[in-house]
Amino acid sequence: MSGPVADVAPAAASGLRRVRRNYTPYLLLLPGMAWLVVFFVVPMLSLGSQSLQTGTVDTGYVLTWHLQTYVDALSRFWPHFLRSIVFAGTATVLTLLLAYPLAYFMAQRSGRWKNFLLVLVIAPFFTSFLIRTLAWQTILTDNGPVAALARSTHVTDLLQWVHLTSNDSLMNSRFAVICGLTYNFLPFMILPLYANLERLDHSLVEAAGDLYATPIQTFWKVIWPLSLPGVVGGTLLTFIPAAGDFINSRLLGNTQTVMIGQVIDSEFLRVQDYSTAAALSFVLMLIIVVIVAVYVRRAGTEELV
Amino acid sequence: MRWIRAHLVGIAGLLVLGYLLLPNLVVIVFSFNKPNGNYNYEWQRFSTDAWTNPCGTPGICDSLGLSLRIGLIATLVSTILGTMVAFAVGRHRFRGRSSTNLLIFLPMATPEVVMGSSLLTLFIAMGIAPGSTTILIAHILFCLSFVVVTVKSRIASLDPRLEQAAADLFANPFQAFVRVTLPLVAPGIAAGGLLAFSLSFDDYIITNFNASPSSVTFPMFVWGAAQRGTPVQINVIGTVMFLAALVLVASGQLISNRRARTAA
Repeated sequence: MSGPVADVAPAAASGLRRVRRNYTPYLLLLPGMAWLVVFFVVPMLSLGSQSLQTGTVDTGYVLTWHLQTYVDALSRFWPHFLRSIVFAGTATVLTLLLAYPLAYFMAQRSGRWKNFLLVLVIAPFFTSFLIRTLAWQTILTDNGPVAALARSTHVTDLLQWVHLTSNDSLMNSRFAVICGLTYNFLPFMILPLYANLERLDHSLVEAAGDLYATPIQTFWKVIWPLSLPGVVGGTLLTFIPAAGDFINSRLLGNTQTVMIGQVIDSEFLRVQDYSTAAALSFVLMLIIVVIVAVYVRRAGTEELV
Repeated sequence: MRWIRAHLVGIAGLLVLGYLLLPNLVVIVFSFNKPNGNYNYEWQRFSTDAWTNPCGTPGICDSLGLSLRIGLIATLVSTILGTMVAFAVGRHRFRGRSSTNLLIFLPMATPEVVMGSSLLTLFIAMGIAPGSTTILIAHILFCLSFVVVTVKSRIASLDPRLEQAAADLFANPFQAFVRVTLPLVAPGIAAGGLLAFSLSFDDYIITNFNASPSSVTFPMFVWGAAQRGTPVQINVIGTVMFLAALVLVASGQLISNRRARTAA
């Protein structure tokens, strides 16, 4: 990848490239990359170092390579890690199921309404997500119409049966947390899917129909494989923030739905056990990097970066 | 029945759109509520009290002002730095390009708690007191990668022949850049800036790690308020933001449509 292409094809590929301008990319990169190194890479190292230090806020910290912090932190908080991954995974699958029909409809069927629908998908994204999450408290509240409807149709019984709720209210439950996560990250799934499906050549779908494929066969053999890059992009953009999120579990859940982000937040800012919090942070980052790496490899799309 | 089957995707899509917009609708409706207690959960009666007195809750407008200021500066800095980086990776081949791409991608793949807490450890280690400066540093950081990606995809979709044409017409590289390339990339830069502002304005998790009690942003105010009761003014501001976003995004669409039409 290295080596100046400009030498080979001076000014041919683009009017901007000249041999003498070879240092231009570095000048362009310098301020942005310096920011990323100083405020992203260095803090990550600082986090790693903090997790291996012992001490207290008052007496200061010393680097002691105390790996026991990791063992203690994991043995105390592994259920929170597990819960975060299960919640985020469930929400990701649900957003995919919800986003796909909308993205497909917008990209292929909406005609002149396309831009209008796009505006409606993007606009909520610009409204504070805390306020929108608080609105779910209103929607799911015990005395509200949604809860009443769920009770009269025995949806609450069903939710209790699958342990998503523990009584006949909807709020402060696993159900509410997953519902909030799904809602909050839905635009992150819709937009990559839409961008991908918009480029789908509709004549391929027609060709499948001409060859007597049923709509279901057309979907699985033509549309779905072609949309995989969008699916991979969308699931990553949903899963990663959802796994670290604690707004939904805090505002819509109960003490049994605490996610790992909430633990890290309170260990840092309330308990002020910086080493444990840093260790938890580091492990969360590690888990996500491993999951993403495995997933991207299995999905076979390297074109993300 | 046949009609339903033929329009199944559309019906499902519109239901999902309803799910997406329902909370915004609730925010708007409940901005006209007059709750009995501290919590604005249940509909009591119609009132425009909150609308006539949007700053009626102590601290709310100060936090809004701080968020707007931080949002604007973070947008400006991250858009300039991000656009420069996008041109470097989108237009040039150089040693270390793939590791540069990785470094741009990683912050987007980092959960907010990790990013926020790692910055906090850095600031603690360096003895920097948290406040609006540390918030600003964090916001520029997490906006940067999103700007780069947005602008880069716009640069990638440009037709290189247009610049060649400019060169053929004796434009020097600087003229070609200012009069051809930059106007073509401008929509991408605008989109990147808009995204940066919304990310900055909306962030709670990272901000909370790097803020002090005297630097309360709007999301922090909302979070704090939610612990004790939710003032109706929050809904008023939420409604105004939603409507402003609708107008902004819709006018952006209109402009790009008109451009596309005149170009064609």
